[in-house]
Amino acid sequence: MFIPVGCSAPSFKEFTLIMPAVSVGNVGQFATDLVISTLHMPRVGYFHSDCLVPMVGNNPYATSPEDSSELSTNAEVYSLPDLKLAVLQIRAPIIQTKYRQFRKSVVSWIKTNEFSKVVLLSSCHAHHRDDRQLLSTPLRYLLTPALQSVVGDGLQKLDWKEMEKVSAFPGISDTEQRLYIPGGGVTKTLYADCCSEGIPLAVLLIFCSEGDNMPHAFALVNYLNEWLHLVEKPGNVAARWKIPSSWKLLFGSGFPPALF
Amino acid sequence: MMATFFGEVLSVYSRAVEEDEDELEDESEEDVQIRREIENKREVHVHWSSEITKSTDKPFQCSDFIIGVGHNAAGFLSAFVLSSGSWEAVGSASLWNERSRGSSQPAGEPSCRFYRSAGCSSVLICLCTCFVAEDQLFQWTEKVFGFIQTRGLQVLVLSDASVSEYTTADPVSASPVPFLRALKSSAYQDRVHCPMMEQPNIVTCLPAAVLSHCQVHQIPAVLYQCYSDVVSPDTVTMETYKPALPCLSKLVTLDSSPSIDVLRKVVKSSESQSNLYT
Repeated sequence: MFIPVGCSAPSFKEFTLIMPAVSVGNVGQFATDLVISTLHMPRVGYFHSDCLVPMVGNNPYATSPEDSSELSTNAEVYSLPDLKLAVLQIRAPIIQTKYRQFRKSVVSWIKTNEFSKVVLLSSCHAHHRDDRQLLSTPLRYLLTPALQSVVGDGLQKLDWKEMEKVSAFPGISDTEQRLYIPGGGVTKTLYADCCSEGIPLAVLLIFCSEGDNMPHAFALVNYLNEWLHLVEKPGNVAARWKIPSSWKLLFGSGFPPALF
Repeated sequence: MMATFFGEVLSVYSRAVEEDEDELEDESEEDVQIRREIENKREVHVHWSSEITKSTDKPFQCSDFIIGVGHNAAGFLSAFVLSSGSWEAVGSASLWNERSRGSSQPAGEPSCRFYRSAGCSSVLICLCTCFVAEDQLFQWTEKVFGFIQTRGLQVLVLSDASVSEYTTADPVSASPVPFLRALKSSAYQDRVHCPMMEQPNIVTCLPAAVLSHCQVHQIPAVLYQCYSDVVSPDTVTMETYKPALPCLSKLVTLDSSPSIDVLRKVVKSSESQSNLYT
């Protein structure tokens, strides 16, 4: 359920929505963090739901001691009306028995707000790639039919690779092909829901394994930027993303000096 | 979810997310029924005593709601607050999950207890020492806060945590343990009596559910999280919560020399676990 920060609900009509899938290496969530942090997006509401594990912390995008003690919850919505951009950040896993309910509430929220398009940032287990996928870039995209009709040609120019379908029974029969996104969390099912509901959704994903996933987040957000131009990049220089303060100590506390 | 041989359902935890978690699509009627039964069994039940439901207006009016989560926080409130003045038990919450011992009865032993001061009825205290599972947290807060008038309400949460959960650039050994860190909702305007929680530390479980609820519903709330290196309840950790209470002193009397009997009871419950050499 969406609850606005102030008294009045903001309008997202014709906005682009960016949201992550909680997937392998949390890459989609990291990439979403980079978008919010770099564009200094203000928080406009909460996605308060019983489908997500509760979690709170202080402002993940704090830049000074003054703004560091603002409480932040497990799912929040950020918006920049000038760019017609809204971002839903999800910071906690979905409760195992509530996947379907979560998808339902996201889909109905997207529908009632009339977003012009939705971008789902996701990731997929790298060790499940087949031979074709091993030999090329790790980045893939998927479009629902509703979005294909709008931006399909635009993406042709970018020379992007669509996520391949794989054989359901490899080595035995190649007739049955299916979409296979292991480690993608809700990615595949949310994509299927959006296809059947006629929602214009794009999935951008990267093949990765768990570990230091920051480079994957930069690769995925640069991939997104090639399409949406959220951050201008002069010439061929890579866009400058701002790492949020919450990314520090990603691998734990400092070492005790007595160790050495 | 995974069901073990003994029938309890465990949530298997991993950062890696499997694709086929969503097999509910093609579940049979029997599966649906089993799932519904498990859901019913895991429901959170909140009971309020008849005096409180009869005598007061609905929803229940109170100015301060204090929640102690964990043995040390609950022990601190029992020994330093509940032992002074006259408090009456006014309600309880009971629930069943994979960590509940023995009884398969969902509405068996109460897991959280609510107390109201007989003299000053505007303060409500909740002691919670049980494990509330991830899928029960939201329900717990909705049911408990659904009973309380939120206008004019201030919430104080005291919660236990292990120092191993605390992340800092300085080696942990450099700071004296136990210590307090605070989080507050946007609506909370009063002074906070300890350092705020630094990035990238986060809070989960019941304190997180309560604070999230207060944040989205604009209820002033503050959490004092005590990081301790002792696993079992101990008096040093309990004392750490003392700075958190001045804000309440006008309503609640803090017992500076708490009842030894209450402390003994709290600490003893964990001591008896280890009886190998006694």
